[in-house]
Amino acid sequence: MHSSTPRILAEKVWDEHVVSRAEGKPDLLYIDLHLVHEVTSPQAFEGLRLSGRTVRRPDLTLATEDHNVPTTDVDQPIADPVSLAQINALRANCAEFGVRLHPLGDVEQGIVHVVGPQLGLTQPGMTIVCGDSHTSTHGAFGALAFGIGTSEVEHVLATQTLPQVKPKNVAVTITGQLPTGVTAKDLVLTLIAQETTSGGQGYIVEYRGQAIESLSMEARMTICNMSIEWGAKAGLIAPDDTTFRYLRGRPHAPAGVDWDRAVEYWRTLVTDDEATFDKEVVIDATTVTPLVTWGTNPGQGMALGGNVPSPDDFRTEAEQAAAKRALHYMGLTAGTPMREITVDAVFVGSCTNGRIEDLRAAADILRGRKIADSVRMLVVPGSVRVRLQAEDEGLDIVFKDAGAEWRGAGCSMCLGMNPDQLAPGERCASTSNRNFEGRQGEGGRTHLVSPLVAAATAVTGHLTAPSDLPAWV
Amino acid sequence: MDRFRSHTGTALPLRRGNVDTDQIIPAEYLKRITRSGFADGLFAAWKFDQDFVLNSPEYGGASVLVAGPDFGVGSSREHAVWALQDYGFKAVLSPCFGDIFSANAGKSGLLAAVVDLPAIERLWSITEADPATEVTVDLVDLVVRAGSWSATMHVDDYTRWRMLEGLDDIEITLGQEADITRFESSRPSFKPATQLPPQHSPQHRGRAITSSETRSPKAVHS
Repeated sequence: MHSSTPRILAEKVWDEHVVSRAEGKPDLLYIDLHLVHEVTSPQAFEGLRLSGRTVRRPDLTLATEDHNVPTTDVDQPIADPVSLAQINALRANCAEFGVRLHPLGDVEQGIVHVVGPQLGLTQPGMTIVCGDSHTSTHGAFGALAFGIGTSEVEHVLATQTLPQVKPKNVAVTITGQLPTGVTAKDLVLTLIAQETTSGGQGYIVEYRGQAIESLSMEARMTICNMSIEWGAKAGLIAPDDTTFRYLRGRPHAPAGVDWDRAVEYWRTLVTDDEATFDKEVVIDATTVTPLVTWGTNPGQGMALGGNVPSPDDFRTEAEQAAAKRALHYMGLTAGTPMREITVDAVFVGSCTNGRIEDLRAAADILRGRKIADSVRMLVVPGSVRVRLQAEDEGLDIVFKDAGAEWRGAGCSMCLGMNPDQLAPGERCASTSNRNFEGRQGEGGRTHLVSPLVAAATAVTGHLTAPSDLPAWV
Repeated sequence: MDRFRSHTGTALPLRRGNVDTDQIIPAEYLKRITRSGFADGLFAAWKFDQDFVLNSPEYGGASVLVAGPDFGVGSSREHAVWALQDYGFKAVLSPCFGDIFSANAGKSGLLAAVVDLPAIERLWSITEADPATEVTVDLVDLVVRAGSWSATMHVDDYTRWRMLEGLDDIEITLGQEADITRFESSRPSFKPATQLPPQHSPQHRGRAITSSETRSPKAVHS
């Protein structure tokens, strides 16, 4: 379709999946992979039952338990009866409709957006959906991946398609290279602070440029993961040799002749030189520094070296009111150096920063150090596989020796719907993706940070960059 | 889904922007497996503040929510839509909605209409001056009216058509089943399926992990 017109990456993937197209109607898109978890699926399965429908393609559907599960005593029955009922509903639904499920206790269990890539199910050029807004994570492979609601989950279960209106396209070009000690997380938080939480509204993003090309697959996932935090529908990165190296040999990656055919196709998944975007954003990677959020949305970020802003620093009345509210909720005073903000908890994990490289980065800071007595630190691998890999590398020992809690796989303290929560008023440096009011537990206060800043902060008890720490003795 | 043509009711002025779905309904309420009964979770944390507008008796029974920009951003939870509906809201007006919230609303029959900020501000003034003011959201003419005042609303054509006709999205798509089957027959063989290839059969992946055991890599991958 349209092979002669220059197209951008997202358009190529989109066009490949159009089942039907009609004037004045959304395109009907075929969905290559549907990921399912316990929270947003029970009503969808119930809808199927009520209408006498089946799951059209259980072989393109995969379920895991992640949001509401505990990350300790995972071999024990789930204590919370409401959580247990939801988990049991998923298990019964998957059994009834023939969907493969990785339950708590299974070696492939974990956060849905960590599990897909590590199994090799996430591949370039695919359409991937999940009833979870951080589905954009999979865009790191050059897949068109986006979050959907429960009605849409039911739609995909029943038809393996979704009617979708084509969004506009924005290019985010990151020139140069990130300085040492500055991570993909700092980069994406910088982007969101610059573009605000609605800057990407109505767009699919393509992240490109030298800094992006230099990133590992896991770092690319961190970037794409937070596309939704600046309002974008999806975020993609063109697949390259880094992508193919990551995929090769994974359980569901193509093999033999199929591998060669796949790679040949995947290499076409780049934006054509003459193709144009509706909007362009350019960031110089060399200017990015460790970034920390001070407010209650991911766009309210500040360089770690800066001070808590004052409402007067903002232009519009609405922004000023939002800043005032955020400072009040966060219990912060304008002008306070960010580095002087003390925390009660540190959380390393989530679909943003719960992969092996994130754990290695945090462990490198903590090796031979102790966390501050005043801090509780949770380290939560994104999947059981990540946990096992970390244990093979001895990272669990590093975390435990430093005084951190080494836990089982799951969404954990990212979202306040399992036992891992902040108490009211508690403050946390968190590698997760949202600092909304109450996100980590009612009344909890969240500062979004990179794994490096999280670990350094755990050592000192206040927001800290690794470069602030004294050298090991 | 019921047909939605026009609705008239009193309105709740929510003078806040960036209302994320975690605020509309906190995660704790998402453990339920029903599709209704979420009214108690609506703005659950904000409701503790007695001054929060939802607690004002003069806005009791309001069915049109008039919100600031970026309403419903963040999490994909459709429970946010269900909570608003269960509480009695038929329509939400905002200058800009979170993508997924907007889609969810359209699927569940809650009107999420885009109205520009000056009009939203005017509606705030009108409804704060007289909370009993009746506001009409007219999906046929794409207009919001309050007394003699009116402004245009925007709803995408497809959602508007489906809501006006009360059509079920899945039913519409199943009408194109032949197209779907044809598409499926042309999918490349290298596309993955979730069934594992033989070397990764279920008995090899079903090993249970406990919280306290010590494990060796060999035991795990064998």
